[in-house]
Amino acid sequence: MGEMLSVKNINVFYGSIHAIRDVSFHVNEGEIVTLIGANGAGKTTTMHAISGLLKLQSGEIDYCGQTISKMEAHKIIRLGLAQVPEGRRVFSGLTVQQNLQMGAYVRRDGKEAIQNDFDMVFELLPRLKERRNQPAGTLSGGEQQMLAMGRALMCKPKMLLLDEPSMGLSPLLVKEIFKIIREVNRNGVTVLLVEQNAKMALEIANRAYVLETGTIKMEGEATELANNIEVRKAYLGC
Amino acid sequence: MQFLSYLINGISLGSVYALIALGYTMVYGIAKMLNFAHGDVIMIGSYVVFFTFGTSGMNPILSIVLSMVVCTVLGVVIERVAYRPLREAPSLAVLITAIGVSYLLQQVAQLTWSSNPKSFISVISGIPFLQPLSLFGGQLTISAETIVTIVVCVVIMVALIWFVNNTSAGHAMLAVSEDRGAAQLMGVNVNATISLTFAIGSALAAVAGALLCSSYPTLQPTTGAMPGIKAFVAAVFGGIGSIPGAFLGGILLGIIENLSKAYISTQLSDAIVFLVLIVVLIVKPTGLLGKKVNVKV
Repeated sequence: MGEMLSVKNINVFYGSIHAIRDVSFHVNEGEIVTLIGANGAGKTTTMHAISGLLKLQSGEIDYCGQTISKMEAHKIIRLGLAQVPEGRRVFSGLTVQQNLQMGAYVRRDGKEAIQNDFDMVFELLPRLKERRNQPAGTLSGGEQQMLAMGRALMCKPKMLLLDEPSMGLSPLLVKEIFKIIREVNRNGVTVLLVEQNAKMALEIANRAYVLETGTIKMEGEATELANNIEVRKAYLGC
Repeated sequence: MQFLSYLINGISLGSVYALIALGYTMVYGIAKMLNFAHGDVIMIGSYVVFFTFGTSGMNPILSIVLSMVVCTVLGVVIERVAYRPLREAPSLAVLITAIGVSYLLQQVAQLTWSSNPKSFISVISGIPFLQPLSLFGGQLTISAETIVTIVVCVVIMVALIWFVNNTSAGHAMLAVSEDRGAAQLMGVNVNATISLTFAIGSALAAVAGALLCSSYPTLQPTTGAMPGIKAFVAAVFGGIGSIPGAFLGGILLGIIENLSKAYISTQLSDAIVFLVLIVVLIVKPTGLLGKKVNVKV
């Protein structure tokens, strides 16, 4: 279990705002690591920095032994590092099927292999199969989240970045989404999960980092943090 | 019978508008900008045809292909030099730049080829087997230019819709037009996709230029400006961002313009065209086939 992703002392500006200050963390192969924090703590900014949508001011991000912090977003995904963005961002005018097809955009390993993954995604997310010919914009929030995850899985990622998958979903659906995340991880995909729903995130994660106003405030085993007084007060409401 | 003739000529003019409107609408859909220099690319393309076919007697098809190549390169270079550096800039800056590029092209054309109108020789006349069509025992004659224009427009339209829906590059265009960031996360190279869009739009502009000047044979540096603006109206009319919308908007606009020329007033026909735009924008701001954009938080 080597280090798959390591973020080293990164600084990111969002316009003139110094959104991320000297943040460092790492994710080992096979783990679920969660980054928890309140609104505006810099979680999404961190995600965008990893996937190449935002440029770093300083610092370095390595993935599978390769420096990716200077790479363009559309090249990073080709290394098997996929992101499910905040707010799902499915292509609402395209059908479910076309959205998944877009997920396989970078693949060049033949129709058959892609078809296999279609079957895999539909097995994992049966609701999508029923709605495969529907425009994605007509799906419910939960279904859109599943589609966004299915779309990311279509590129056969080694690592999945999940940004607030529970946002705006009912508790029941949140449970379902987290079950899926666990299953995806069991199938060998390393997961970095960004969440406001700290309770759920700490339940499924191996390790966790607490992000506060752009800096890492705490880190440790997920179970350890779940029992930490400060974390309980600030993020678990108990 | 006369009405039919006006109508068919209107459809033909509208087909040219539709071809130009495609360039506007695709660039708007994908790069989220209005390329007001698009009309002037048409003018440059027409000069290429004028000098290669009209003056030097090159094969007409070859001449149009050459013009398409020149316009494609021109479109891609304009995007690369003038618009790409402004990718993250406010849309007003891009708009002003586009207007600047438009004037630049017109002035360069004026310096190079002078402002004297040149009389354009119809490219269709260079293709011997294309003859006017006579119907109803000679009561209705449709010129070869008209027929070719309509056929070419329909063929291009069908090909373009097929391309967008059935190729990987086409899917990339759809994805970028919906959500640039998400498309990047799928591995789409946004800059390459935008370049491709400019290339296709400009190649179509070259075809539109050759067809337009074959039917309306005066060529001068401002030739592209008015059809450009009208095609923009057509694109908005049909729903900017929508490919079938550009087609529908273009054809309808051509018909409206030609019929108002015939039955209302030649001088007022342009005013009527723009009046239609105003009415459409009041009644249906998204255009005939435009999608309502849902802004979700």
